[in-house]
Amino acid sequence: MSTAVIVLAVLAFVLGLGLAVAARIFAVNVDPRIEKITEILPGANCGGCGYAGCSDLAKAIVEGKAGVDACPVGSAEVAEKIAKIMGVELSGDKVRKVAIVLCSGDDQVASKKFYYNGIEDCASAALIFGGDKSCKYGCLGLGTCADVCPFDAIDMLPSGLARVDPERCTGCGKCVDACPKGIIKLVPIDRKVHVLCSSHDKGGKVRKICKVGCIGCQKCAKEAPEGAITMEENLAVVNYDIEIPESVAGVCPTHTIVIRGEHLEEVEASEEAKAAGGAV
Amino acid sequence: MSGRHFFGGVHPEYHKEMTAGKAIEAMPMPEKLIVHFAQNIGSMPTPLVKRGDQVKKGQVIAEASGFVSVPVHAPTSGKVEAVDMFPNPVGAETLAAVIAPDGEDAWAEGLNVEQDTDSMNGDQIKGLIRDAGLVGMGGATFPTHVKLSPPEGKYIDTLILNGAECEPYLTADHRLMLEHPAEILEGASFFARVLDVKRVIVAIEKNKPDAIEKMKKAVEVKEGYSVEALDVVYPQGAEKQLIFALTGRRVPAGGLPMDVNVLVQNVGTAFAAYEAVRFKRPLLERVVTVTGNGVAEPKNIRARIGTRFEDMIDRCGGLAEDTVKVISGGPMMGVAQYSLDAAVTKGTSGIVTLRKDEVVQFVSDPCIRCGRCVEACPMRLNPSALSIFIEMCHFEDAAEYHVTDCIECGSCAYVCPSQRPLVHHFRRAKAEIRKMSRKAG
Repeated sequence: MSTAVIVLAVLAFVLGLGLAVAARIFAVNVDPRIEKITEILPGANCGGCGYAGCSDLAKAIVEGKAGVDACPVGSAEVAEKIAKIMGVELSGDKVRKVAIVLCSGDDQVASKKFYYNGIEDCASAALIFGGDKSCKYGCLGLGTCADVCPFDAIDMLPSGLARVDPERCTGCGKCVDACPKGIIKLVPIDRKVHVLCSSHDKGGKVRKICKVGCIGCQKCAKEAPEGAITMEENLAVVNYDIEIPESVAGVCPTHTIVIRGEHLEEVEASEEAKAAGGAV
Repeated sequence: MSGRHFFGGVHPEYHKEMTAGKAIEAMPMPEKLIVHFAQNIGSMPTPLVKRGDQVKKGQVIAEASGFVSVPVHAPTSGKVEAVDMFPNPVGAETLAAVIAPDGEDAWAEGLNVEQDTDSMNGDQIKGLIRDAGLVGMGGATFPTHVKLSPPEGKYIDTLILNGAECEPYLTADHRLMLEHPAEILEGASFFARVLDVKRVIVAIEKNKPDAIEKMKKAVEVKEGYSVEALDVVYPQGAEKQLIFALTGRRVPAGGLPMDVNVLVQNVGTAFAAYEAVRFKRPLLERVVTVTGNGVAEPKNIRARIGTRFEDMIDRCGGLAEDTVKVISGGPMMGVAQYSLDAAVTKGTSGIVTLRKDEVVQFVSDPCIRCGRCVEACPMRLNPSALSIFIEMCHFEDAAEYHVTDCIECGSCAYVCPSQRPLVHHFRRAKAEIRKMSRKAG
């Protein structure tokens, strides 16, 4: 009995010594800042920064490959904390960017060219004649963007449109990449006036297929401060560097221009309707 | 007779009897032709015409924009009424010229002239084939002159003339072999001369005994030519499956037939090559099978490129009221159309119409892992696993499981008891993988 105890004790001591030596020799030097920064980052591993997860970004920040404000999801507070760890000054105020779907042609106002009977996914639907919407720039409403959103910030309206909730959106940009129509954009959250259309078709064609599409009449471009709204191939495009008064939305004859916040009420209303429908 | 059989495959109902006995009819000149510029795989040809231009028959209206690209020609003389986006039967909206025929059908200068083919060398023949805008007419529309230009170090020892026509309903190639066997063989002889090939095999499925007999008679006078009767199994006419059945050679994954020293050409392409080299006629028309229970009188029609589906269907007695699907191509690989403004392109082998009681609405259930798709896949892929990866957006895994080798024959979806839209999933995965490699590259 005592021999066994002695043998095991000696064995434990020798092996322990070996491990201690090995730990010294093979020690990997990790910059402690990487761990600290990883802790500060949101930890959603959304990939919105372009790196493979938060710890990869932390490594890139420490190595100087990425800026301290490279995380598009983290607030200014996060960037500040990281700046403190890295010992650098944060330059300027960064306005948070959020996604917006530039289409408001839902099933009631936009026509369809055929009945799509297939996989419920925009990227798949777009392979067949560009999708069922008559407008080739229109939101297909099958929810590929909502599926990839790591923050559950995109709602699919029952009327067949995707809508981003700016409160939940962190601006990671995953939906921008996923949308086969390329109609999702990242915009500063403090900008309220948006042209909710991406169609470059001529006015006549737009009128035929969608009641709320931009017909390129240029009224808004004239009403807005110079350069705030420019015309690009029959489409009014907002320049988000310049603030646009909310009154501009009023001149749009097709109600393509909306004020964000107001049009979000429509999301809530539709969700309520959905809930009510579910109760029945 | 070849005893080999490729792995997998399915036995769909063929329905070829509707048109197999009907001689090819010429389509009268329609009121307008919608000629798409994008009619080949590879880069889209550059349009040369604009609204108001007068064109002659055979005039180039879009020129090749690279090596893997072919010119497009005006199918008749007339006026270009518009250049706009129209539904292209392959499943996209593409730029097309609308031509209003002037009724004279007048050839452009230098075309439609009999050539002295005996004195031509390989390069001259290849040049004529390229200038005529020839593409694979089985449906893939790969430029023919590219297939005739194997890179340095590769050689071709066998030319296979593909007359298998394994797609249900279609009989365009069948009728062509019955009515123009000598012309097809002369076209093939041009391919053989370009590549210095001695062995030419005409491959026909056994369900066309009359065509086999006709072609056998026609090859008697040709040295090195033979006719092989193939088992009736879909997709027997797919390039890689056909090569295995006839030669026992396997095209490596991601490879081309030229990697195993074989060239496969559709019999329709061979006929077009005959017209192009012998008479300097560009590819302006093709045989299209208009069939299915949705039309009163199914027919094989020789139609000009650009003939609208509506005109084709009217020629066959119009659509039945309860027709719910019009497919360009065959029912296995074809694309359902939403507009009869879709027009015949170089790759349109058929127009299949289906009535309400013949079409099942898509209701897809989860995979039950029965393995029928695995048994059916002629490329020995695992469609079940692939579709599950793709549903979860794991495109890298799908790539690792060789989704890019899928030939989209539809055998897996045909046998799936859960009616899963497998080919649609694979097409999406291929698109995503292309997108990823574009980003990485």
